[in-house]
Amino acid sequence: MTRAQAEPRTELLLALADDELILGWRNSEWTGIAPFLEEDVAFSSIAQNEIGHARALYELAARELGGDADSIAFDRRPEEYRCAPLVQLQLVPDWARTIARHVLYETADAIRVEALKDHEDAELAGIAAKIEREEVYHRLHAEMWLERLRSEPRYVEAVEELWPYALGVLDADLRPALAERVGRDEVEAVERTAPGEEFAALWAEMTMVRRSAPVGAQW
Amino acid sequence: MVTEAAVWEALAEIPDPEIPVISLVDLGVVKSVSVDAARVRIEFTPTFMGCPALEVMRTQMEEAVAALGAEPQVDVLLDDSWSTDRISPTGREKLREAGFAPPPPRTESAPTLLQLQQPVHRCPYCGSTETRLDNLFGPTPCRSVRYCGSCRQPFEQFKTI
Repeated sequence: MTRAQAEPRTELLLALADDELILGWRNSEWTGIAPFLEEDVAFSSIAQNEIGHARALYELAARELGGDADSIAFDRRPEEYRCAPLVQLQLVPDWARTIARHVLYETADAIRVEALKDHEDAELAGIAAKIEREEVYHRLHAEMWLERLRSEPRYVEAVEELWPYALGVLDADLRPALAERVGRDEVEAVERTAPGEEFAALWAEMTMVRRSAPVGAQW
Repeated sequence: MVTEAAVWEALAEIPDPEIPVISLVDLGVVKSVSVDAARVRIEFTPTFMGCPALEVMRTQMEEAVAALGAEPQVDVLLDDSWSTDRISPTGREKLREAGFAPPPPRTESAPTLLQLQQPVHRCPYCGSTETRLDNLFGPTPCRSVRYCGSCRQPFEQFKTI
């Protein structure tokens, strides 16, 4: 598989699935070291949900690309991933930036999933509706933290820093809706480009087991 | 010749891998069963998409059909057809008896933090509604953790999805 353009529907599925997989991976980095036990549990569950969404989306993409969810998730080269720069950032152990990303990503993702629910492709619309049912709880969790941290200087600074990245999660036509929901002006977005070094390190760790096994190994 | 009824009966014997008090049929994950000669097709609608029990459920259904002497075909539906409203009344009662508060019915709009924080959720142990939300997330993605102020018992509350 190369970064050559796939069908538009598959491109869309891969971008969405890569976002969910990589954010799920980043969220799981808090497992065991979150500020308190409830957050260990919450971030681990959210990570599990996001990776579940990625799996379902990869399965749909696999119908065009061949292979299965695992091969699309783990057998591509780092430069072939489509994920937005926001989800690639390694934010552990910075809780303020983690919550800022959580709030911004979940807000952006809600807008994207709402739009997908109305997609003319019934399969995409169905999967989006199913994803949305779970995402509601991610947003409630984000909302709870936003209430706690909204005036904290470190949080405010983190949102300032990550705002251009948040815009980059969405296609240009959906960005005004995000700006309105977050209550900020649109600025130049950090766009999806070939992933950088921070991602390469994540990729190396994420695919380590897969690469260590012989081709065709069953899990 | 295998009948649809026999397949449903066999599936009703399979416990949920994570909460074995409830069967896959009570959980509502079997959307349809159709029999064509010796081939049995099951439409399986997953619960939470990242649930690790899904693979186990699928294998168990295949084994149950094979045990009836038929060839199984389990199709996983990625659509929006499962919700917690599909858990049967029997299933809800079994959950309650095992200490899991069953999910409140779905409403038009998504749940809000305010609703979840209100003391209207009933404790599965003592029946009191004097309960508070401790954590939106719990041991698995499908559950939250609440605390009953009346019998002082923490309990798991199924999320409505």
